[in-house]
Amino acid sequence: MPVKDRVEMRKLPVEKRIRSFEEVALGYTEEEAIQEAKRCLQCPPRPCVQGCPVGIEIPRFIKKIAEGDFLSAYKIIKERNAIPAITGRVCPQEHQCEGVCVLNKLKKPTAIGALERFVADWALKEGVAKELAEKEIANRPSNGNIKVAVVGSGPAGITVAADLAKLGYEVTMFEALHKPGGVLMYGIPEFRLPKRIVEYEIDYLRRLGVDIETNVLIGRTYTIKDLLEDGYKAVFLGTGAGTPKFPGIPGETLVNIYSANEFLTRVNLMKAYLFPQYDTPIKIGKRVAVIGGGNVAMDAARTAVRLGAEEVYILYRRTEEEMPARREEVINAKEEGVKFQLLTQPIRFIGNKDDILTGIECIRMQLGEPDATGRRKPIPVPGSEFIFEADTAIIAIGAHPNPLIARTTPEIKVDEEGRVITDSELRTSMKRVYAAGDIVLGEATVIEAMGTGRRASQTIHRDISEGRI
Amino acid sequence: MRQLFRLNEIVEKKELAPRIKEIKVYNPRIAAKARAGQFVIVKVGEEGERIPLTIADWDREKGLITIVFQEVGVSTYKLGRLGVGDVITDVVGPLGNPSEIEKFGTVVCVGGGVGIAAIYPMAKELKKAGNRVISIIGARNKDLLIYEEEMRRVSDELRITTDDGSKGRKGFVSDELRDLLNSGLKVDRVIAVGPAIMMKTCADVTRPFNVKTIVSLNSLMLCGMGMCGACRVEVGGKTRFVCVDGPDFDAHQVNFDVLIKRLNAYKAEEQLALKRFLEVKA
Ligand SMILES: Cc1cc2nc3c(=O)[nH]c(=O)nc-3n(C[C@H](O)[C@H](O)[C@H](O)COP(=O)(O)OP(=O)(O)OC[C@H]3O[C@@H](n4cnc5c(N)ncnc54)[C@H](O)[C@@H]3O)c2cc1C
Ligand SMILES: Cc1cc2nc3c(=O)[nH]c(=O)nc-3n(C[C@H](O)[C@H](O)[C@H](O)COP(=O)(O)OP(=O)(O)OC[C@H]3O[C@@H](n4cnc5c(N)ncnc54)[C@H](O)[C@@H]3O)c2cc1C
Ligand code: SF4
Ligand code: FES
Repeated sequence: MPVKDRVEMRKLPVEKRIRSFEEVALGYTEEEAIQEAKRCLQCPPRPCVQGCPVGIEIPRFIKKIAEGDFLSAYKIIKERNAIPAITGRVCPQEHQCEGVCVLNKLKKPTAIGALERFVADWALKEGVAKELAEKEIANRPSNGNIKVAVVGSGPAGITVAADLAKLGYEVTMFEALHKPGGVLMYGIPEFRLPKRIVEYEIDYLRRLGVDIETNVLIGRTYTIKDLLEDGYKAVFLGTGAGTPKFPGIPGETLVNIYSANEFLTRVNLMKAYLFPQYDTPIKIGKRVAVIGGGNVAMDAARTAVRLGAEEVYILYRRTEEEMPARREEVINAKEEGVKFQLLTQPIRFIGNKDDILTGIECIRMQLGEPDATGRRKPIPVPGSEFIFEADTAIIAIGAHPNPLIARTTPEIKVDEEGRVITDSELRTSMKRVYAAGDIVLGEATVIEAMGTGRRASQTIHRDISEGRI
Repeated sequence: MRQLFRLNEIVEKKELAPRIKEIKVYNPRIAAKARAGQFVIVKVGEEGERIPLTIADWDREKGLITIVFQEVGVSTYKLGRLGVGDVITDVVGPLGNPSEIEKFGTVVCVGGGVGIAAIYPMAKELKKAGNRVISIIGARNKDLLIYEEEMRRVSDELRITTDDGSKGRKGFVSDELRDLLNSGLKVDRVIAVGPAIMMKTCADVTRPFNVKTIVSLNSLMLCGMGMCGACRVEVGGKTRFVCVDGPDFDAHQVNFDVLIKRLNAYKAEEQLALKRFLEVKA
């Protein structure tokens, strides 16, 4: 019997997308979800479960969808994943569960991400998510008023705060920015992850009794030592990898060159697209060059399209094959008119007399031998320099951990990249201090931040209940 | 104990000069940690922008921090309209590295415009650390000169300049600085805070004398915590972030032209926003 095609998610039409920040992917209807769920072979080796960084019982929940029992499907997912409405939207499924699905041999893996999202949205819509959450809140044990501090409110911090609050700890979460949510709030745009979903999760944390303190920069407002001396039994660090890398080439301080973080923060967190109703401005030129090939680059490029840029280009030094961005977002970007200038490496930014960007000198690349990551290494083609005209440039070539905590707390050892070093159970080199997410992994993913966060919360609970700390 | 104020409540407010205001804000956690050279980021209202302002003074016991600001655009105007009893939506800090305070010997503190309020805590701490502090403060005219008494209290010697000569010497603070250095006095360190162009001029003045000169840069900022790079400047040929690597830098290494051009990046937008703001409120 031939394998049926995947049921594709409906999307907002392109004309509507490029002028609004509305969510692009519209999700499945109940019928579509059931139809897609029925494609799963329920194959005994279940490679997808291994492919999932948090080990969701994928075939089990898919079976429940096929049976029309969405409530059971939701409960199965929630056993392993606290925020399926978010991960269903942002996980790189093609590198994880769907990448190893047996049906992927025919290039038609089960649409696991879309199904996860369907179930999570259904639970939100039907009020089931809230009902179950209220039960958890009501059944929360008490743990003798033991206080734990969570630093950073991204997916790692959210996971740890929720886990420990459910175990009865008194959790305080500290966030440096004025709104909690980490990258989910300031980085990933509304059209990919509606902020109401993130706000729902934050609200759930509050109802679990987590005290969220915004505008507190740990290392400055309080140090980690202050927290430990102030009665917190343990401190969890989930401060992410938020410091943008710059290429270190001439001209990178010219006007109208943004880091992707700055560009996206202006738009997402500060709502610069509503300037002057909102006070934070943003410049958007006619011809925008986004440098990089990951999710961050796609988000920046698609945001630039929505802000009204006439032409938006992705400048990437390898080919589309090697792009680390989610497949779906590359396709979306192309549909929205983003153009790809591949095998291209910027070597110098060029400005006019007022230091305003006018162009980027680039060099062509070719692919050589595979490097440590298995991707073929780009090498410059001598003499192939050319000028790429652009009036706005957005740099999305990666980020590294914020150095502040390491600078202000030398007891916490970091590696040469600035990542916090932990043992296999996420303990740092400082007693009673734990870490997970991007601050430990370097730039990783939402689900890995959650997965390591879950392990860290288990370690914290064990260390406390077994009297080790 | 009953808490007297709400977090970020404005407890005192004074107009120091036309369009220059001083407020005392209740925020014990910032007051407990603040040190000379550090700043806060303030946001007024849901639609507000995040702007950096120096912590001009603090009272650890009462939990108060002092901010002095000049109304130049929408955000500072909005802040200026808040009165005693109002709460500032968001205040985060203390941000940036504290200034280097040691016994250097003779230190000249140069403050221009609202920069005088920013240099005040530095002069105060330097004095406490046993330095001989000579301060030079200046403004466009005598009405705009702020913190004269405060500066006098923490300086061994205070010199004043105004652009129009309405008080003190007619001219710029940098002219006074040049004369001081020319007089042959041994100066171990100069610290200058004020408009970018003033700091640039001071750097040019001290360079031939080979006196270590520190400036506190006032680049545009967004996050204040090293996450966005909006504040980046070129120092010693390298890209540095003012909010986490500074705000104090060696003046002779700073590329001021980059700083000044970047400060003007949003000129058109700022003017549009201010015009709209003033029209709506009028
Ligand atoms: C634009 C963009 C798009 C992305 N797209 C995807 C995607 O599609 N799929 C995917 O899986 N991953 C994606 N990622 C990566 C993913 O978002 C991160 O891996 C994940 O958010 C890391 O989570 P975290 O909890 O470790 O840290 P973060 O989400 O970075 O949160 C850290 C939080 O800590 C706060 N903080 C930092 N320092 C301090 C301090 N000293 N004191 C107090 N608070 C502090 C920060 O303000 C921040 O809110 C994307 C990243 C970006 C930037
Ligand atoms: C570390 C630091 C400390 C600071 N401390 C103080 C302080 O104690 N008191 C104070 O009054 N200001 C201080 N500033 C400057 C202050 O942040 C700006 O005046 C403010 O952001 C202007 O916002 P606005 O919306 O009111 O005006 P905008 O509309 O943003 O700007 C209006 C005008 O002011 C100019 N301007 C904007 N930003 C700056 C800036 N950063 N520096 C100089 N000129 C600027 C613009 O070029 C424009 O001409 C500090 C800046 C930094 C980086
Ligand atoms: S690997 Fe694919 S077909 Fe097999 S159980 Fe998982 S989702 Fe179903
Ligand atoms: S203001 Fe964001 S990095 Fe300095």
